Amino acid sequence: MEFLIERLPLYLEGAWVTVQLTAGGIALAFVLAMFFGILGTRSGRFPRAVSTVYVEVFRGIAALVIMFWMAYALPIATGFQLEGRFAAILAVGLNLGAYGAEVVRGAINAVPRAQVEATVALNMSWSQRMRLVVLPQAWAQMLPTFGNLSIELMKATAVVYLIGVADLTAVAQQMRQGTGETVLAFMGALVLYYLIAQVMILGIRLLERRANRRLGRIPSDGGGLLGLLRPPTPAAGGGK
Amino acid sequence: MFWDFQWTWEVMPDLLQGLKVTVQATLLGYLIALVLGLGVAMLRRVPVLGTLVHAVMEFIRTTPLLVQLVFVFALVPSTVTALTVGIVVLGVHYSAYTAEVYRSGIEGVAKGQWEAARALSLPAYRTWGAVVLPQAIRKVIPALGNYLIAMFKDTPLLLAITVTELLAMAQRVGNDEFRIVEAYTVVGFLFLLVSIPSAFIIRRLERRYAAV
Repeated sequence: MEFLIERLPLYLEGAWVTVQLTAGGIALAFVLAMFFGILGTRSGRFPRAVSTVYVEVFRGIAALVIMFWMAYALPIATGFQLEGRFAAILAVGLNLGAYGAEVVRGAINAVPRAQVEATVALNMSWSQRMRLVVLPQAWAQMLPTFGNLSIELMKATAVVYLIGVADLTAVAQQMRQGTGETVLAFMGALVLYYLIAQVMILGIRLLERRANRRLGRIPSDGGGLLGLLRPPTPAAGGGK
Repeated sequence: MFWDFQWTWEVMPDLLQGLKVTVQATLLGYLIALVLGLGVAMLRRVPVLGTLVHAVMEFIRTTPLLVQLVFVFALVPSTVTALTVGIVVLGVHYSAYTAEVYRSGIEGVAKGQWEAARALSLPAYRTWGAVVLPQAIRKVIPALGNYLIAMFKDTPLLLAITVTELLAMAQRVGNDEFRIVEAYTVVGFLFLLVSIPSAFIIRRLERRYAAV
């Protein structure tokens, strides 16, 4: 225990890098998922094809392969050297964004047809329909899966240590090599990863509750803070 | 021109050898995930033990596979090969996911089915084997298939514990001749070559078995 307490600042530094990579990756993945997901629901052939190509390519290649390509092949092919963290954010963002785009597409398509027909009857424009009617409903449905994907993304950032970024995993490796305490060095990192994930799960539940409340699906006082400790609905499968 | 086709062609056998290791690790790991996941899903219905198992699986599921790989590889004696460690850790990690899938399938079986098995006083193994599981597993086949693809894409992580799978092989041959662009790009294409057809097959399965 003393071993870990002494080295806690180093671990927290590594964890902070992991949190930054996760936040950056989620931001990028979210924008990509929304863009390509909505593109995938358009009626034109071309936008749908663009969306499908993005999803299939970046979902089909492992995040680690994308990252190696960006860190090692891209500088040779183009002459641009990406900073390690930036390459990592791009790789996990592009990868998880492709999973997210499928979720967005599915959630938008699952909004009842009558809702869409009503917007047509009210002579709403496409952007009004999306912003006021379709997305708020789809949002509530996307959130649980987005939560799982965010955790996947957080775990995926661990690979950055392989291209030399000093994240939480890299700190654990240094500790092990420096002290020979394999179990303690890695348990420290694993517990921190676990805690980050738990905080993320709570955050997602908060968002889920807010989304459902705004749609009038749960009463506005809704369960109190303790209610967050239980999943709102039977958790649906994993992220991938 | 920076792309050397002849070189690409020459190293193809090496890369395919790496792909073979990748596929091997995926399939064997998947086998572990399928069996262990089912065991965990069934254990979760036992009162105290179930909660405990669930907590352990939750921990495995929310921490990075890479760290688990490196951790276990550092712990086991050096007589165990890296590939074995990789396959087992991969399998156990993914069993945390498949257990959730099985669980959703088992919970989807109507209560009346359990009650009927009880009324017929079927022994436990018949209740599970002849009544619950055939109905539960059928519905979750597509979801289980998705994890096969997900696992395939996680196998490059094995390079961290010195397994010469596809990506590690590319790294090796690419560094030898300083043809890194070709090596990594081909790896990307090989991944697509396997995962796009598999995704297509899963979609067919989804249509065939009612999705959950």
